[in-house]
Parts: sequence; C-alpha cells; structure tokens
Amino acid sequence: MQGPLLDFLRAARSAGLRISPAESIDAVRAVEVVGFTERERLRDTLSLVLAKTVEEKRQFEECFDRFFRRDSFRTEGPVGPGAAPSAPSVSLPGEAAGGGGGGALARMLLEGDQPGLATAMEQAAAEAGLSNIALFTQVNLFTRRILERMGLQELEREIAQLGDAPAATRLRQGRDWLREQVKDFVRQHLQLFAEGENERYREQRLQQTRLTTISRRDQDRMRILVRAMARRLATQYGRNRKRDRRGQLDTRRTLRRNMGWGGTPFLTVWKQQRIEKPKLVVLCDVSGSVAALAQFLLLFLYSLKEALSGLRAFAFAGELIEVSEILEREPVEKAIPQIMDRIGFGSSNYGNSLADFERGWMQILDSRTTVIILGDGRGNRTDPRVDILKRMADRSKQIIWLNPEYRTIWGTGDSDMLRYAPHCRITAVCNTLKHLERVISDLLRDGG
Amino acid sequence: MSAAFHELLHSIEATERGLEGVGYIASRPIATAVYLAHHLRKPILVEGPAGVGKTELAKAVSAWLGIPLVRMQCYEGLDESKALYEWKYGKQLLYTQILKDKLGTALGEEPGLEAALARLHGFGDLFFSEHFLEPRPLLRALREPRGAVLLVDEVDKADQEFEAFLLEILSDYQVTIPEIGTVQAVVPPIVLLTSNSMRDLGDALKRRCLHLHIGLPDAKLEGRIVATRVPGIEAGLRRQLVSFVQQLRELDLKKLPSVSETIDWARVLVLLHAHALDADLVRNTLNVLLKFESDIETAEPQLAAMLQKARREAEPVG
Repeated sequence: MQGPLLDFLRAARSAGLRISPAESIDAVRAVEVVGFTERERLRDTLSLVLAKTVEEKRQFEECFDRFFRRDSFRTEGPVGPGAAPSAPSVSLPGEAAGGGGGGALARMLLEGDQPGLATAMEQAAAEAGLSNIALFTQVNLFTRRILERMGLQELEREIAQLGDAPAATRLRQGRDWLREQVKDFVRQHLQLFAEGENERYREQRLQQTRLTTISRRDQDRMRILVRAMARRLATQYGRNRKRDRRGQLDTRRTLRRNMGWGGTPFLTVWKQQRIEKPKLVVLCDVSGSVAALAQFLLLFLYSLKEALSGLRAFAFAGELIEVSEILEREPVEKAIPQIMDRIGFGSSNYGNSLADFERGWMQILDSRTTVIILGDGRGNRTDPRVDILKRMADRSKQIIWLNPEYRTIWGTGDSDMLRYAPHCRITAVCNTLKHLERVISDLLRDGG
Repeated sequence: MSAAFHELLHSIEATERGLEGVGYIASRPIATAVYLAHHLRKPILVEGPAGVGKTELAKAVSAWLGIPLVRMQCYEGLDESKALYEWKYGKQLLYTQILKDKLGTALGEEPGLEAALARLHGFGDLFFSEHFLEPRPLLRALREPRGAVLLVDEVDKADQEFEAFLLEILSDYQVTIPEIGTVQAVVPPIVLLTSNSMRDLGDALKRRCLHLHIGLPDAKLEGRIVATRVPGIEAGLRRQLVSFVQQLRELDLKKLPSVSETIDWARVLVLLHAHALDADLVRNTLNVLLKFESDIETAEPQLAAMLQKARREAEPVG
C-alpha cells in the first residue's frame, strides 16, 4: 500500500511543502499505525507528520484534497449507466468476429463499466510512468500512451469491423469520451506533479529581473517572494544576539563556571556585547522611475519588523511626507497607491525634500539610527542641498544610499549622485531582489 | 509500564474519551496527535495562540495516564546546567573538608607517593558520581521509573543553542553527561513542546516532532469545553455565552479572547448568579474577556446587537 502514499508525497513536494526523507519515513510509519481506511483520519495524521507551520497545513490540506479527489471518474457522458440496458442487445464485436479477441475495452465502454474503466486507466497510467510528467507539452504524449495501453488500437479495429452498425456509433462516441477523460486525468497529474518545477524556475528568474520592469502579472508572485525572503532573514536575526568581547573577563560568570574546581579558573568566560537590532529611517523616492523599487523595499522592510528595533518611513518626490502610519495600517500593496496619490509621480526635488526632512524630523536621528535613502539622485537640476545630507550623516550612525541606476551613469546629466556619495557610508546599485536581499542582510548581520 | 499505556492508548477514540475523562475536550487532530506520539515515540510540537489549552493538554495527558508531569519553562539564557543536571558544588566542597582526615588514615600506611596515588585510584571517582548529581527537569523525566510527561513550555523563548541541545533527547530519549556517560530513558517519556510562534523554530527540531496546531475552537467544541470546565453553569446561559464569544472573535481586535478567557468569564458569571446575559452584566464583566482598553472600546458599540444574536442562537432548537 505504499505506492499511493509515495505518489502523494511527491505531489505534496511539488505543491511546495518541504518534506525530508526522514519525514517520509515517519509518514509511512504513521500510516501503518492508523491505517488507510478513513480519509479524515489519514488527513489528520499526515498533516501532523508533514506540515510544520500553519501556512504549510493550509497547503497540505489543499494538496490532500486535490490528490484524493482525482480518482473519481466523471459520471456524466455518453456512456453513462443509462446506456447499459441496451447494451446486451448489441452483439459485441469480439463475439461477432467469432474469435477470442480481447475487446475488453469495448465491452467496458458498452456496458458503462465506470469502475473498470477507471481501474484500467490508473493501471495504464502507472505503466506509462505518468507521475514523471513535467511539462504541459507532454499532455498529448501521455494521453496517447495511456490510451494505447488501454487497448485503443484494438478498439479502432473493432469499430472499423462493425462498419455502420449502431454499436459502432456508440463505440465511437465512447472512444471520444474516453479520450477526453484520459486527457483530463493527465492534466490533473500535470497540476499535481509538475507545478512545483515550473514555479521554482520562475522564481529563480524573477529574483534576478530588474524590479522596475516586472510586469503587473508577476507582481503578486514577487510580493510572496519578498515576504518569504524577509521571513528567512527575520528568523535569523529576529532574536537578540551577542558577540564575545575577547579580552574582558566576566568575573562573575567565570567564578560560577569554575565552581567545580573549587574556583580555580580553568575555563574563562568573556564579557559579551549585545548586537543591537538596527533602527531604520527610510527615505524613498517615489517619483516615476524609482517607484516600483520603493514598493519592494518598503514591503521588504515591513515584513522584517521583528528584526528591527524601529522603523520610520518617508516618501518624497517634490516634497517629503512621513508614511509610517499608512504602512502600518494597510498592507503594502494598498498603501503604496495611497502614497502615490498624495505625492507621487511629480518630478523629484531632492533639495526640497531633504529640507522638509530637516525641518520636521531631524531630531529622530541619533547615533543608533541608520538612514537608508532609495533614489536615483536626479533632482532635475534643482539645488541638491548636499549640506543637509552632511548634517544627517553627522547625526546618524550611517547613511546607505541605494540607487537603481548602474554606477557608470552616476553623475551623468542631472544626476547629483556623485555629490551625495561622499557622505554615505555605503552606496550600492540596487535594482533586483537579489541586490535588495544582500544589502539588507549585511545590515542586519552587523547590527545596523 | 509501557504495556499499560498501550491498553489505554489502543485507539484514537479511546484517547479522545480518556482525555475527556480528565476534563480535557480534545478535537480529533489533538487526539490523533497524542495517539501517534505514543505509538511512533515522537514528541509533539504544539503551536497556537495563547490560552487555547496547550499547557493544559500536557497536564491532562499526565493525569489520564497517571504518570508525573515534569515541566520545564524556557526562557532566554536557559542552559543545560538548569535544564539537565548540575553538580552539587557545595556538597562536594563540604565532603572534601570532612574527608580530609579520613584521607590520612586511608592512605597512611602506603610508603611512597605512587603507591598512595594507586590506592586513591582504587576508590573511584568519588566526587563526580550520582551522589553529587543534581537532576534538573530533563534528567528527571528520563529517570522516572514509570515514564513521565515532559512539557517543554514556550520553547521559542529559549536560545537557538538550547534548541540544538534538545535534539538528542527528542530523537533518542537519552542524554550524555560527560563525567558519567549516556543516560537512557527508563520508559520513554511523552514529550510535548509548546510554542507561541515568537520566532520560527529550527527545521531540525520541527522535523523530529509531530506538529499540532490548536486554533480557537468552534461553537460546538467550545460549548463542550465550558460544560466540562464549569459544571455549575446553566445550559441556556452557556449557549448564550459561547455564541457571544464567537461573535466577539469576528471583530477586529488586538487580542482575541481565547478559551481560557471564555472559561474565566463563565466562572465569573456563575459566581454572580447570572441566569442570562444582559447588557449591564456584559459591560461590567467585559474586562475578563478583553485585555486591552482599545479592544473594549471597539466592542462596546456592538454589544447590543451581539447580545441579541446570542440570545436568539441560544434558544433551544425545536
């Protein structure tokens, strides 16, 4: 009875659940204990063993239902049970030909033997290796293989032999119906077993695509990706961390540690330094070109909250406003359009925006704050007010400037990037998800 | 002793009934988890919001099987000297002082230093033996002769290193003490770990456990829970109360009332000799259910409507 279970495990993996070999073994053992007889019980059991977060439980249940529903054959169709009474009156082609020709498929079709057909299909599918299906272009191939194994050729021959007899028409209808059924069946399998593969490939590609050029269709998927990435970083850095300060002895803990040797310090314990969670102030340019990127940066940071000790967000184009509150109240995908409505899409004026910041919020910067500025540094030939950025750098711990443009074009045209750069501790090109992840994880590791 | 458990735990239904017998109404997944934990010898990791009965489950299992509950509360900075064992340093020091004189007589006749040393070796490792070992919860649970229920509470609050340290116990039911050797469980304990999802636990830990998520119960289950936990309550009032709490959970609140709050509220109402919910009563006792001022403010304007619905739903059917 392990076959179906192993198939299910494969389907579950493809649906995005991470199942280790050890967990597969557990699943098999658990099923041995509870048995296959009751679907609800099987579901509870496998859910306990395989799905390890709430999110995974949901995925698991979806996959479980899809998997165990698939084997029910659609009952409507030309060869329904209603066709059965008339079946005996039609002489079967196998008998008509007078030979012991198989004709099993034809008989099942004429008699409307649903369970028999379903079993034959499952068997043929297993022989054809259907669970290895990976691409949608293989649907027709597998459909043909399964039909052949079920005895399609023989059926065709019988139809040809019968000529114009009523049974031939019925068999022809039955054949077409069967083909559709098998095709559906193959498609379901494709969904069950191959979805994961395509998904993985797509995600890999998306991580390296420029964020400004991502199509609307992919945006949802990107958000999921960003959240997953942020969650990974948050688990890693979400806790208070300490680092040994070599050279300073922690007397109290050393004494305690060495009690076993009557207080003679065999083992030394060093004082530790807490690595603080970064306190961030983010200034995002939301004018035309940079807006898409700003959305992902904000989404990233807001998904990371537990790894940060404080986060204030500001958006600017022509002028600057604080957007922390909107972002806290609404999910990012709704908040961004609201922010855009208020100030977005104007031409950016960096000098003016920096002046706004100095006037209203300069006092929130202290020696523990990291300022992240996201923008292309193109102020449309307005005064860049580098002096304000310098004062911000003096007050804060560091300034990190993320620029979506490649380094080679910094400083060309109306770009003031090279004038801002000396006051930033880090300037980085940032226009894909990969870049974003690298910058943020560096920040978290060193405690901002 | 394990055989006796087998008898008690012979099926999922029996588990469900057994837990009910000690006042814990288990949903089907919970009963399945306990059943599997015993038969597969695997720990259960229980997650869910505060107050849904995660800790209570461990108590119920221990009461039902009649074995001791060993509880270990986790916190930041917990290490093996507090979780597993510690040497009784004071006692060791004291004994060295007392035995100093004896040492003279014991070794007195030996002619040379080497002979004295050889003789000393003959006594074995006096000071690092069982006599001077102070067992902490984990070791205690392993050494219980009849088995135990080991509850590792709020494991997400402990450090990541501690999580790694738990792995040996969770997979093999044994621990290694450098000075003595490996201690194997007499009877493998039933292990429950609880977590409030303060942080994600490591994959290695999750892989070794059955993962049980206890959510907020539906009306029917909650009704049964209140009936068992607060036997003094009238059926009509109970239905009103459960319906009211269920409605409250649909509001946009900071902290949703969980089962423990429902039970507390039921007890309060019984103490106040209430027979039915009315607006004043609810308003005065709402702080039992809602723990934030802002939540109470959110709920206040809708009390009347919710009460009416609760009364309607509590009408006996038929």
